[in-house]
Amino acid sequence: MPPQSNGSENYPRLQTVGIDGLLITFADRLSDGANRAALAFRAMIETAKIEGIKETTTSLASTFVLFDPVKSDLEHIRAALLALLEGTDWSDVPLPQGRRLWHVPAAFGGTRGPQLDEAAKLAGIDRDQAIEEMTTTRVRVLTIGFAPGQPYLGTLPAHWNIPRQSGLTKQVPNGAIAVAIRQLVLFTASTPTGWRMIGQTAFRGFRPDQDAPFTLGVGDEILFSSISEDELDHVEHTDQTGLGGASFEVIP
Amino acid sequence: MSAALIVRRAGPAMTVQDLGRSGQLVYGLAAGGAADRVALAEGAALLGQALGLAAIEMAGMGGEFEATHDIRIALTGAPMKADLDGAALVWNASHLMSAGQRLTIGAASSGNYGYLHVGGGIDTKPFLGSRAAHLTGGIGERIQSGDHLPVGEDRHTENTGNVLPPQDRFSGGTVTVLPSAHTAHFPDDVRARFEATTFQRTPRGNRQGAELAFDGAPFSTGEQLTILSECMTVGDIQMTGDGQPFVLLPECQTVGGYPRIGTVTPGDLPKVAQATPGAPLRFTFVTHEEAVAAYRPLENLRADMARLIQPLIRDPRRMHDLLSYQLISGAITGWDDI
Repeated sequence: MPPQSNGSENYPRLQTVGIDGLLITFADRLSDGANRAALAFRAMIETAKIEGIKETTTSLASTFVLFDPVKSDLEHIRAALLALLEGTDWSDVPLPQGRRLWHVPAAFGGTRGPQLDEAAKLAGIDRDQAIEEMTTTRVRVLTIGFAPGQPYLGTLPAHWNIPRQSGLTKQVPNGAIAVAIRQLVLFTASTPTGWRMIGQTAFRGFRPDQDAPFTLGVGDEILFSSISEDELDHVEHTDQTGLGGASFEVIP
Repeated sequence: MSAALIVRRAGPAMTVQDLGRSGQLVYGLAAGGAADRVALAEGAALLGQALGLAAIEMAGMGGEFEATHDIRIALTGAPMKADLDGAALVWNASHLMSAGQRLTIGAASSGNYGYLHVGGGIDTKPFLGSRAAHLTGGIGERIQSGDHLPVGEDRHTENTGNVLPPQDRFSGGTVTVLPSAHTAHFPDDVRARFEATTFQRTPRGNRQGAELAFDGAPFSTGEQLTILSECMTVGDIQMTGDGQPFVLLPECQTVGGYPRIGTVTPGDLPKVAQATPGAPLRFTFVTHEEAVAAYRPLENLRADMARLIQPLIRDPRRMHDLLSYQLISGAITGWDDI
């Protein structure tokens, strides 16, 4: 079969995925700019309401479009997307409107973050500095995936470019915070992971008992606040909402 | 009082499935839904009802059921041994199941996923627009012995005893594929070898994906590509770290970091989902134009099937033109509401 030409290696790059997918990639590695571009372009597509497009989503550095291959036509969708891409400097675009800043209480270290010391050491700082950075850095929901509602948050300062563990941690709990490669995961299910668990929240990113079960949207931001293990215990025993003491405001 | 289907004995992996819930990819949730969509279309055609109604998906084997009221049922997908109070039931057909009768569905004789449809559909509470269990996503549960599954209102209670010619998709075969996100990263000779290789379904697989085995070197992208986690789609063929291919099925994750050599076309995906361990699978790339030309949306498939329906018991009153019976195309059952 004739492979799809990637054209030039210039980004953004548009390619088909299967019969009904189009992937628009902004970079081959994660950067703040590429993630902003992916989020902004998705918002632009949603606003444009292109006929035939059924669903849009984003990953770390790309936007993905599903379309109806019968009612619409690949070339029509491709042309519409290329027209939308034109005339914007995708290396420097503002983030979409309507995003929220979440304040999420978290217990770092101790039994609730058993690998905090180890992770801090890999980042070349001590545990107090690590907690300080985790509670003063606003991190963005770069993408949601691997489990429903589960955010990948970033990007952390460069010294947090620490590798995943070679082995897996057998189980981290729902609400755990783990770190690797300048990102945090805020787990929405109990799962094995190669990331190092540094803290825990009572925040539930996926609440299947709610009509709107996904707590976070892509592009939302989180600022963690440090609470003690006792305080987290208390939240866990009293919280009925699944927000775990979190609150949000819309980012102006 | 509305009807319920009582599960007297649940098979090990039975779930309620429909077409799944779209629109949630951005929240990390794949649409999910029936592993074999063609079987859903068959059930809808046999019962003359909408495509979106929910049925019971039975992986590997069925179970025992009883209805509180007279209901219509249809059996589709992987053929399984079935009987009603001891009387054998034809597969790929609709039947009347009277209140109190015992429906027993055994193991699949070929294929993986069999379906039990009821007139009016399984009427459990929808979540985000679908009744489908998505176990890996924490939505819904396996059907358990003792469950009472509500049955929706049936508008065609008089119509049972119809059969559809079986459509073989239970023994592997050649599957058409289209380019995916990383196809161009695989060198020409690797892609050629991929098309020339006969794969076999391994026993490893579930509603997330089907593992394939093969003889020969792993299919790799050449330069050990570190791929940024990227959006994935149902049908994607991903090559894991050790070069083991997995075909992603309806409950797949929505993002992943393994390279994907191609995407199975939707019409051929049931062949992969239904292939039993050892069944051979070959892949052949087609162009997007070819794939679109061959693509039959489920709604169209269902309409095609409605024309192929025949009475199970050949009642002469319904066989108005005996000599040309097999040649009739375009005849409709007359009671379709779709």
